Amino acid sequence: MDSTNGGPLLQVQGLRIAREGHEILRGVDLEVEPASVHVVLGLNGSGKSTLAYSLMGAGGYTTLGGRIRFAGDDITEEPIDARARLGLTLAWQEPARFEGLTIERYLELGQATPDRERLLAALEAVDLEPGYLPRYVDEGLSGGERKRVELAAVYAMRPRLAILDEPDSGIDRFTLDDIAGLMRRMASEGTAVLLISHRDEVVQIADRASLICSGRIMQTGAPDVICDRYTHMCRPCEFPIIVEAEDSYE
Amino acid sequence: MSDFDLLMLAYEASGGDASLLVQEDVARLVVSGNEVIGANEIPGISMTAEPLADGVRVALQVAPGARIGQPVHLCFGVLPAEGVQRIVSDFHIGAGAEVSFTAHCTFPNAVHVQHLMESTIRVGEGATMRYHETHYHGEAGGTEVRPVAKVTVDSSGRYYSTFTLSQGRAGAVAFEYDVDVDSDGVAELDARIMGYGDDEITVRETIRLNGEGARGLAKSRIAVRERARSEVYGTTEGNAARTRGHIDCVEIVRDSAIANAVPVVRVTDPQAQVTHEAAIGTVDKKELETLLSRGLTEERAVDVIVRGMLGD
Repeated sequence: MDSTNGGPLLQVQGLRIAREGHEILRGVDLEVEPASVHVVLGLNGSGKSTLAYSLMGAGGYTTLGGRIRFAGDDITEEPIDARARLGLTLAWQEPARFEGLTIERYLELGQATPDRERLLAALEAVDLEPGYLPRYVDEGLSGGERKRVELAAVYAMRPRLAILDEPDSGIDRFTLDDIAGLMRRMASEGTAVLLISHRDEVVQIADRASLICSGRIMQTGAPDVICDRYTHMCRPCEFPIIVEAEDSYE
Repeated sequence: MSDFDLLMLAYEASGGDASLLVQEDVARLVVSGNEVIGANEIPGISMTAEPLADGVRVALQVAPGARIGQPVHLCFGVLPAEGVQRIVSDFHIGAGAEVSFTAHCTFPNAVHVQHLMESTIRVGEGATMRYHETHYHGEAGGTEVRPVAKVTVDSSGRYYSTFTLSQGRAGAVAFEYDVDVDSDGVAELDARIMGYGDDEITVRETIRLNGEGARGLAKSRIAVRERARSEVYGTTEGNAARTRGHIDCVEIVRDSAIANAVPVVRVTDPQAQVTHEAAIGTVDKKELETLLSRGLTEERAVDVIVRGMLGD
């Protein structure tokens, strides 16, 4: 069963991913329902970002086994742009710096057809004024503003599934409540959200949650159950996965 | 159709607004080959132009203290497939004056065209000059362009130059700007060039910060692909106290293209500071994958990144 006939939008089965010779994901099983908010919680080094990048299809990750199905299609071997055109996208933890690209142009690029109303709504959704549109992505924006622009770009795209990698890190006055509002807004408009984070507070946003540890999903269930286990039982790994931080992605 | 009309068509094709070239309140100079086919002076600006065997000699003066509200438009072109155009120019910006120039150089049909610019520029004390030059060379790659400028910026003067060639083939470009800056003066050079096919691009930007407190920036953005070659030589000298200079070079290389960057930093005063950064490589992986994750094809994503870098 898949999302076209009522099943999950994303199905990950036994996904094993290696980077630079290290096996990082060691058999991930995960399902995300359409128009829902699903949080994956994990400590640093647990494989969270690798899961985000490999679901998106980013380069440098080798699939050792398992399958990824999206809206009924097997996308395991599909490149990033093909996955994106199916409706999957990623808000990067550390947004890229584009020289000479205005925010307006950056937001437009993800739209199948130009929709200025949606651009303005996207800015409003991340609490940025329309006056930001002509500003350059690489000039004079704080780190928090850049992350908000990244979230706005994802919102403007109207994806079927948005993977948000640690959207709450480095955000300035855009609070966790604001992020929660954005997630719920996206879900109410039909976008499923897969939120990757190490902060247990974000679980309250979710419809479902999963706990990742040592490259495996240890448990999936109700947010309060997962949050309780994460808060009371998770400890930093004795043998953390070495290649995981986004720095090593660069 | 007259040469003027044909040049205006080429001017618009290269991004210019031809309507500005007929307005009475806009200073302009339009040269086709070695013929001046349009000129207009406005208060504060005086121009003389005389034909040479292979081009035009131009002298342009901005009166001291003049504030020129609208950019002065310069349009140089060669319409036939072959030819030589040499522009020998002398710009003198009077003390305290402010002026901007928008120059378009168009060679839309070039199969073998030489365009030689030999400029002497003096920015007077406290004056500001902005010079934006855009080139369009057509698709044949048969253009040889040598913009050479010797610039002097007097005390507290400001000189800002941009050179853009991002539409059509570059052909052979040898850009050479040499700037001396006196105390508290500012010079910023910005060259943005795209090359492909067998294009050959050489950029030489030299800024000597000779007066106390002078500042300079030599910036270049080059994108080459196929079999094109680029070489960027950026030199900045800090020759007086409190001078600050920076060289900033980025080159994107694809296919079989080759790029070189040679930043030279020279400091002769212990209170001067000159820095440089040069990056040569393919398109940034993270930028590329971000755009791919928004559904752009790789070809379009690369084009967006390159054109952003070139300021297109």
